Amino acid sequence: MKRNPQRLAALASLALAATLGFSACGSDDDNGGGGGDGGSDAIVFLPKNLGNPYFDASTTGGERAADEFGGSIEEVGPDEPTAELQVPFIDTAAQQGVGALVVSANDPSALCDSLNQARDAGVKVVTFDSDVEADCRDLFVSQADAAGIAKAQVDLIAEQIDGNGEVAILSAAANATNQNEWIALMEEELAANYPDIELVDTVYGDDDDQKSFDQTEALLSQYPDLEGIISPTTVGISAAARYLSESDAKGEVALTGLGTPNQMREYVENGTVEAFALWNPEELGYLAAYTAHALASGEIEGDEGDTFEAGDLGEYTVGADGVVLLGEPYVFDKSNINDFDF
Amino acid sequence: MTEVLVHPSELPTRNRALATVLRSRELAVGLVLVALVAVTTIVSPSFLFDGEGWRNLLVTPSILILLAIGQTAVIVTRNVDLSVGSTLGLTAYLTGQVFIAYPSLPYPIVFFIGLAFGGMLGVVNGVLVAVFKVPALVITLGTLYIFRGIFLQWAGKDRVYASDLPDSFLALGNGQVLTIPVLTVGALVVLAVVGYYAHTARGGRELYAIGSDPDAARLYGLAVNRRVIGAFILCGALAGLAGVFYAARYGTVSSGAGRNMELEAVAAAVIGGVAIFGGSGTVWGAAIGAVLLETIGRALPRLGIDDFWQRAVVGALIIGAVVLDRLLTLRQERTLAAAREES
Repeated sequence: MKRNPQRLAALASLALAATLGFSACGSDDDNGGGGGDGGSDAIVFLPKNLGNPYFDASTTGGERAADEFGGSIEEVGPDEPTAELQVPFIDTAAQQGVGALVVSANDPSALCDSLNQARDAGVKVVTFDSDVEADCRDLFVSQADAAGIAKAQVDLIAEQIDGNGEVAILSAAANATNQNEWIALMEEELAANYPDIELVDTVYGDDDDQKSFDQTEALLSQYPDLEGIISPTTVGISAAARYLSESDAKGEVALTGLGTPNQMREYVENGTVEAFALWNPEELGYLAAYTAHALASGEIEGDEGDTFEAGDLGEYTVGADGVVLLGEPYVFDKSNINDFDF
Repeated sequence: MTEVLVHPSELPTRNRALATVLRSRELAVGLVLVALVAVTTIVSPSFLFDGEGWRNLLVTPSILILLAIGQTAVIVTRNVDLSVGSTLGLTAYLTGQVFIAYPSLPYPIVFFIGLAFGGMLGVVNGVLVAVFKVPALVITLGTLYIFRGIFLQWAGKDRVYASDLPDSFLALGNGQVLTIPVLTVGALVVLAVVGYYAHTARGGRELYAIGSDPDAARLYGLAVNRRVIGAFILCGALAGLAGVFYAARYGTVSSGAGRNMELEAVAAAVIGGVAIFGGSGTVWGAAIGAVLLETIGRALPRLGIDDFWQRAVVGALIIGAVVLDRLLTLRQERTLAAAREES
């Protein structure tokens, strides 16, 4: 090899180029935002990035809402989920003078200047999925609040184990703020409403497939009478499901938590998991579109206590800090999981 | 007695083999492993005797065994490969993407794709280290981040899901032949082949010669660059194979797959008696070290020991192994010196 280092170097660069080539695939983007014709009926959806099935679903929901109230939705967005790339789309929407801009922000503060300029130009700004600081948007459509998330998971596990027996929690990292908040609320919920369910342990899988997998095994062997596992993290629930699906405990030990339909489809179909929760991005987009419409048409000002109708979803009230809460997390099971792709 | 110490080759072959085995680090680590399994089984019999416990005991270490074998080949040459965790993750994701793109592909092909792709990444490491004469620690620390960066860029928030992989491939992750998991059989075959090569073949022995004294090896006329690149290619290829195993076993691959596994691989080798400065240690020892590490991870929760202590136990083992090595070497040096004086 010493005699021919060039050939090896060429091979090496070829290898690197090949791997880089894979990463260069992406969806076409829609630079410049296209020809929105402005006016209060025109709503621009700006997700974190295009080609993301989660946001494809939310835009579908937004379009369904627009059909109902007679407006138009245009989706624009960058290929990569970064805040800098979102800025030009915000500026374009402001110049076009659209009625409202619906944004899922890639950064809580980096978009603020642009968003406020758009608002000065008369564009109503609604954030959804991922908020910006409260003083640079009119309203935030929130997918779920901590109490709702905790309650949904406790209710699901209680239903699956008939409200009686030992359960354990498989969390992410021991210092994950949102996880710990949910766990504390779940403990309260269990103590208040399900006295016969005993929470025997909380273990941490660090959002690592392998560690979560091993922790599931340890839980099952340490607690032979375990009836159910709650995993409020998408990594944890799929690792636990993978373990259970190959184990004697399949169908014996219930598993629920927060997961996405794509990662859980296999396990719901083979009977390892009965039902799990997450918000429905289509409903989120639907509500965001109605919220934007209500603001742009002047139906509401966006003050706390304002109410508006959001089609099928019913009436919504603006809460503190300009937050509109979608409601209880959505429950996915065998009957509906194939309606989703994210 | 002194004759034996100064001229060990005068002993009958059988006795010599026995003495080697009794004095070996592999045996010591193996005994620790057996003791660990025994204690855990007494506390929780299902650890060994339940069908699932038996399967997990054997299958869980298979991925780390592959990494430890490759890592040993590199460490023996007085180098180190820190990029194997990233290589594993990248290959695991590639495996999923191959199945998404070609769902009807006969699944055994992905094992070759994994080996080839990992080997390619190994070429990058090997060439940079051998041709440009830069310390492997620095180069592979760099490629650790580069490979992981490529992986993050490629995968982003996406994952490979179990439903993307064919059932026959997923079944391999937990399939068994005569109660021995398929993945374990695969790892053991690799272990046997590499172990035999390293122990008997000229190329294998040269790796040890290079690690013992690189300058002497070069002066002696050994093809140092070729051997070192070869060791990195082997290490990368096995990390690639481990990535395919990972996909089969865990079914889900996210951009965090394989993170920190390079350190586990180095730890397994060191615990198994592979000297970090090269020139000594066997893949058998590294494999036993890998089994010990993974088994500790599974045994401690069963023994009711807090999850946070596991890392401390692993750390104590590494330090213990190195200190033990040092003490034994010192003692042997003294005995040999004394024996030489006498004769």
